[in-house]
Amino acid sequence: MTGNHQTLALLLFSVFVAITLGITTWVSRHRHGSAEEFYAGGRLFSPMENGFAIAGDYMSAASFLGISGLIALFGYDGLLYSVGFLVAWLVVLFLVAELVRNCGRFTLADVVVSRMGERPVRIAAGTSSVTVSVLYLVAQMVGAGSLVALLLGGTGGAVRTWTVVGVGALMVVYVSFGGMRATTWIQIVKAVLLMGGAVALTVLVLLRFQGDFDQLLRTAAQRSGHGTSFLAPGLRYGGDWTARLDFISLGLALVLGTAGLPHILSRFYTVPTARAARRSVVWAIGLIGGFYLMTIVLGFGAAAIVGPDAVRGSNAAGNTAVPLLALDLGGGAASTGGTVLFAVVAAIAFATILAVVAGITLASSASVAHDLYASLRRRRAKPRSEVAVARTAAVGTGVVAIALGLLARDLNVAFLVGLAFAVAASANLPVLLYSLFWRNFTTRGAVWSVYGGLLPALVLVVLSPVVTGSPDSLFPGADLQYFPLENPGLVSIPLGFLAGWLGTVTSAEPPDEAGHAETEVRALTGAGAV
Amino acid sequence: MEKHDGPDSGKVRIEDPWYDALASGWGELDGTGAPAPAVPPAHGRREDRGARAADVYLEVQRSAAFQEVRSRYRRFVIPGTAVFLLWYVGYVVTATAAPSFMARPVAGAVNVAMVAGLGQFLTTFLLTWAYARHARLRRDRAALDLRWDTQELTRGAAGGGR
Repeated sequence: MTGNHQTLALLLFSVFVAITLGITTWVSRHRHGSAEEFYAGGRLFSPMENGFAIAGDYMSAASFLGISGLIALFGYDGLLYSVGFLVAWLVVLFLVAELVRNCGRFTLADVVVSRMGERPVRIAAGTSSVTVSVLYLVAQMVGAGSLVALLLGGTGGAVRTWTVVGVGALMVVYVSFGGMRATTWIQIVKAVLLMGGAVALTVLVLLRFQGDFDQLLRTAAQRSGHGTSFLAPGLRYGGDWTARLDFISLGLALVLGTAGLPHILSRFYTVPTARAARRSVVWAIGLIGGFYLMTIVLGFGAAAIVGPDAVRGSNAAGNTAVPLLALDLGGGAASTGGTVLFAVVAAIAFATILAVVAGITLASSASVAHDLYASLRRRRAKPRSEVAVARTAAVGTGVVAIALGLLARDLNVAFLVGLAFAVAASANLPVLLYSLFWRNFTTRGAVWSVYGGLLPALVLVVLSPVVTGSPDSLFPGADLQYFPLENPGLVSIPLGFLAGWLGTVTSAEPPDEAGHAETEVRALTGAGAV
Repeated sequence: MEKHDGPDSGKVRIEDPWYDALASGWGELDGTGAPAPAVPPAHGRREDRGARAADVYLEVQRSAAFQEVRSRYRRFVIPGTAVFLLWYVGYVVTATAAPSFMARPVAGAVNVAMVAGLGQFLTTFLLTWAYARHARLRRDRAALDLRWDTQELTRGAAGGGR
């Protein structure tokens, strides 16, 4: 990439950072530090605003650059991967969004403790929420480092180090000064930018092919060198049976994990009612679905226009497919149009990272302060100080994320996103669904289902090829590999559900019928909702 | 995809989130569907104000009105969830286990896999629309009535209990 690209991209990065810092300052000027304000942004966002914020929270740089790159390199299998991210929203819409809005206050644990023993359940749910957030955050930080280095053309470690530190510092500033309100507005701005960029590129690709999608597919298949098999599954996930099972495991984790992601659940508390929560999800599904449809066009477009060889030559994982496509669509590397489009795409990718990490940091600090600290401290702190704890927790999360991000800088952490979804699906979803829908669920069942999903997921990953025993592992030297799949979801999700059931049926404590009645009535009617 | 919200998702809602809490259920009929039949009120009686708040929830839970709302909700989401989960798992398993079937051409460069993949997008949008419509027409109004009734009862219970 030439100097012009870099200068313009850096300029646009700076503009975005300035805008987001402006939002944060503006938001923090007039507001008092109540928990309602910090965790839920005052709960007065409209469904449309929240829908954009959800989309902004959910669509990471991995979606924008990663999935289209995957399609550009492996054709259909990239599309196969993206479907799970969308279908997952039906679980959220049907089973989670409205009920969580009605029953909870700030976190996942709030929903569960309404009918359970408070302390053990809060600690369990808080622990798993923080685990999911940290896994996801580290994946984003490492991705941010290599992405910015890639887009700015810097190959040295210094660019990556400073990107990780800078992204970490910015997210801490957004969250600790602006809380949920600033985070939400940053996500809305990002979602608008991302959708705008995707629409513009999609239109340019379709114009190039005179709106003929069939022609686009045929050119992509021909240029890929794989012929028609480029348009069928199998190039990426169709290896031996272990690889195929691995993809099924990943697909299951994606579709069930979204409903257990703490930063997604916390978004439903920013709207006034369950109806508004439902309508925000409808908006989000529209935006996310539209976005992934456009990624299909962009991915095949990159394969047809740039060609897989050029994409692979720039970055083996395909992350630069869309920037290269933008360069070509704008008129080529030497042209002004190409330079501008490239810089815009780079800036959007950067905005995407910042918005996503801010959302995760906020959810993680909410779990630390509202669930863990509130359960482990002595009973003397006032609610006011909980927000102070949450701000401190945001700083702590930032420090941990920067440290892990730097440590893992040169490691292959692509599995972390799938793992975060798998942990969310194994530890968070069972306890959430059981407490919303199962009459006889008990405290022991709740605690067991969280740990019964969390521990197997983590242990299986440690024993899997992503950590040891293969050339691509984190520690290729060691060999602890006893579990063949890279994603533990296929085993750990059923275990989470099983553990919750087992804990409940072996529990001596009788089910709390009044507690169940209260949860059910509140969940479906909204009575007593905050 | 604002269409999912029905033709009446106008400016009022976007600018005024309170519209929701205050007017949910009313003015929602967009002419495309019949209003849900009225549900009998949960409580007409006021003499049980002395009951503990916990009992209120048990009582509301047993009321015909609540059971009706719950079964309307469950009759939609349980089959709906089963359908989309089976359809998704079937899609993923077929794509990984039988790629040659998925590679069969349908029209031009479009093959079975492409149709199935875009079909997943389409069914997701359709189910979203269907769920939002079902909730708006069949559940919202009854749920809101129950909400006010329940809140009034719990307030009464809390006041009378002291």
